[in-house]
Amino acid sequence: MTDNRHEVVVTGIGLVTSLGVGRQAHAEALLDGASPAPHTDSESFAPYTVFPLPEIDWSAQIPRRGDQRQMENWQRLGVYAAGLALDDAGLKENLEACAAMDMIVAAGGGERDIAVDTLIIEESRKRNDREVLLNEKLTTELRPTLFLAQLSNLLAGNISIVHKVTGSSRTLMGEEGAGISAIETAHARIAAGQSTHCLVGGAFVSERIDILVLIEAAQGLCKTPGQPFWNADGTASGVNLGTAGAFLVLESRDHAEARGAHIYARLDAVAADRGSRDAGRLEQRLARLADEAGAPAGGEDLIVVSGATGFPELSARERRFLGERFPNAPLRSQSALFGLSVEAQFPTGLALACLALDAGKPLAPFAPGEDATAATSPGTAIVTTIGHARGEGIARLTRMSS
Amino acid sequence: MSKAAYTDHLGRPLVAVTGMGVVSSLGQGVSDNWAALTAGRSGIHAITRFPADTLSTRICGTVDFIDIPVPNAVERSFAFARETTREALAQAGLSGEFGGPLFLAAPPIEPEWSARFELGDRVSPEDMTGNAYQEFLAVLRAKADPAFHEAILFGSISERLADMFGTRGLPVTLSTACASGTTAIQLGVEAIRQGRTDRALTVATDGSVSAEALIRFALLSALSTNNDAPEKASRPFTKDRDGFVIAEGAATLVLESLEAALARGARIHGIISGCGEKADDFHRTRSSPGGAPAIATIRAALDDAGLDADAIGYINAHGTSTPENDKMEYLALSSVFGERMPDVPVSSNKSMIGHTLTAAGAVEAVFSLLTMQHGVLPPTINYDNPDPAIPLDVVPNVKRDAQVTSVLSNSFGFGGQNACLVMTAEPA
Repeated sequence: MTDNRHEVVVTGIGLVTSLGVGRQAHAEALLDGASPAPHTDSESFAPYTVFPLPEIDWSAQIPRRGDQRQMENWQRLGVYAAGLALDDAGLKENLEACAAMDMIVAAGGGERDIAVDTLIIEESRKRNDREVLLNEKLTTELRPTLFLAQLSNLLAGNISIVHKVTGSSRTLMGEEGAGISAIETAHARIAAGQSTHCLVGGAFVSERIDILVLIEAAQGLCKTPGQPFWNADGTASGVNLGTAGAFLVLESRDHAEARGAHIYARLDAVAADRGSRDAGRLEQRLARLADEAGAPAGGEDLIVVSGATGFPELSARERRFLGERFPNAPLRSQSALFGLSVEAQFPTGLALACLALDAGKPLAPFAPGEDATAATSPGTAIVTTIGHARGEGIARLTRMSS
Repeated sequence: MSKAAYTDHLGRPLVAVTGMGVVSSLGQGVSDNWAALTAGRSGIHAITRFPADTLSTRICGTVDFIDIPVPNAVERSFAFARETTREALAQAGLSGEFGGPLFLAAPPIEPEWSARFELGDRVSPEDMTGNAYQEFLAVLRAKADPAFHEAILFGSISERLADMFGTRGLPVTLSTACASGTTAIQLGVEAIRQGRTDRALTVATDGSVSAEALIRFALLSALSTNNDAPEKASRPFTKDRDGFVIAEGAATLVLESLEAALARGARIHGIISGCGEKADDFHRTRSSPGGAPAIATIRAALDDAGLDADAIGYINAHGTSTPENDKMEYLALSSVFGERMPDVPVSSNKSMIGHTLTAAGAVEAVFSLLTMQHGVLPPTINYDNPDPAIPLDVVPNVKRDAQVTSVLSNSFGFGGQNACLVMTAEPA
């Protein structure tokens, strides 16, 4: 098989986080030496802290107001970031390329109508016929279009409508694992020659009180504003959710070179699994995944972008494992600067790794004082995401620019 | 058998189906479903899961005969998938660790209202802020709720299936709306063709019918309101069709490379010869007026199979019974099949089982394979008022004996999702 396999390269980066809009804004903030200050909001959802959406002009990537109105922010953000990635790859409005382009989107669900849900909950306290109440209120209060703004596969649907990407459209679900599977699937298809170019990524909006419930059901959210991400004992201090839209254009190297595209990095391998995390099982699995991904021993030429969620013990275990597996490799604590973006976590980590590999400059620490400074631009990047409930993924990327 | 007999027209490994399992409103298991389907029986009934007397649609094809510990969409979807997977693995003669990847089509799940009400009841009066979610957060800060957490995670169904059946790697959970079941099969086929596995477990399940799900589709005017005779409500290709009937079900297909399957002496139920897809960029719920994406999808599936349209002997239609779908599907089919169209039988399983949404593509793939195996075409029932604009041989009302060796199965969904499969009988 190996001889026939295609190299997979990254040729487009579309990234929106609390730090800003676009690849350039992130490069400026992260490759300039000093660590940027995190952009957080600890008031809107107190006692919780979120990394909010930056100032953004939706019209720049979603020109029709009618399209914007059909979506809520989660889908808007994804469509926007997808547009940035296409632009960056030089494929935006290339109708032929987009019509043949595959698409894999990692998605959760869209925004609930908080007012309607609240109305129903409040009424339910006064009535015994709750199911009848539900029918009454849902029939009269739900906006028909909100259903489409909530449907998981309609982020991809809107990308097709707005950017004309129609070669294929697949939506993967399952929290952090969805982002891992999306990248893994795209990589496997291109490597096997089943696809030549693929738009892949996801979006997550943290400024949603309904989504805070997802993590707080497991009491995972950090409740102390301004708390450093890492504690002195090596545990993390809880999850702060982070808004992120992260899409990549992946291509076979042949396809990219034939059209003279800039190559940010080569995506060498994606290894993923799940299973029991009891008694060292997680660490054993991570070690196997690192081997499967062809991870080198740690060194200064390597950078590790860790997607550790912020769950205290789980993050501590990941950090300990990475420290032992990759000694002397500087680590970047993605969630310290960007928060946890669930489905978008792994794609965001890959986008950040690509910036670092392409830049020719060292990547600033994300958690100053904890993340070691890097002396040089890395030649290899390892990106990890360990899902807050399940699912683990490790990717290896290599610098292509000289 | 020579090496070439195990590969297709592009030199890729042929992908065989060695085990099938199915659940629908018609019953549990392949044989009960096939008996009911070929008898022209409808599984559509009045809604009993929740009060529906004030709703415009009061009928459904829910599956209410499988026990679940807690009435929510995750438990129900998991239970259906567990049952169909057990059946499929038993049929495939596989026990112990499955050892290949899992591709699961599962419904996008929202918390149940019963769970929201329960959270709402736990709010202490001083925490009542006038925002239900602030109140829920206060409840959860005081006491975590692991069961609720698990019930709202999209990854929880595949997790349990992976543990139960010993699949390998990170399972893929997917949603391509009403094409999801087809996409799950397609991912399994791709994995085997990539050479990264000899076998894949492809499962599609949907146990998500609730008042809110029904009302949401009703608000989009997608559902039939023929409430008075539920079994007659789903009327694909008729003039008075007025929407689909929301339904539940699941199907599992065990896929193996033909070579590996034969090497272990497995029985081959058919070959997944071709998969095609093409997204539609026209509208969120409506198809391109010319049907171009659906046409391209059908052609892509035929090309992938290396077959000409002339080779197809029967079409398992998407056939939802909505005014829009059936018209567009006819347009697409007749564009591809041309003058031969009147001679190709096309039937809709949804006339009997309703629209099983996420599960539909896989449920209908199982029925397509059974069609070839038994030499019997299941009918389109309730076909008593043909739409003259859709002149198809829909196998009206009564099954028909016919030996077919190649079947096309269509799936078209909201969000511009189109996916088709070509299945063929076991190569001689």
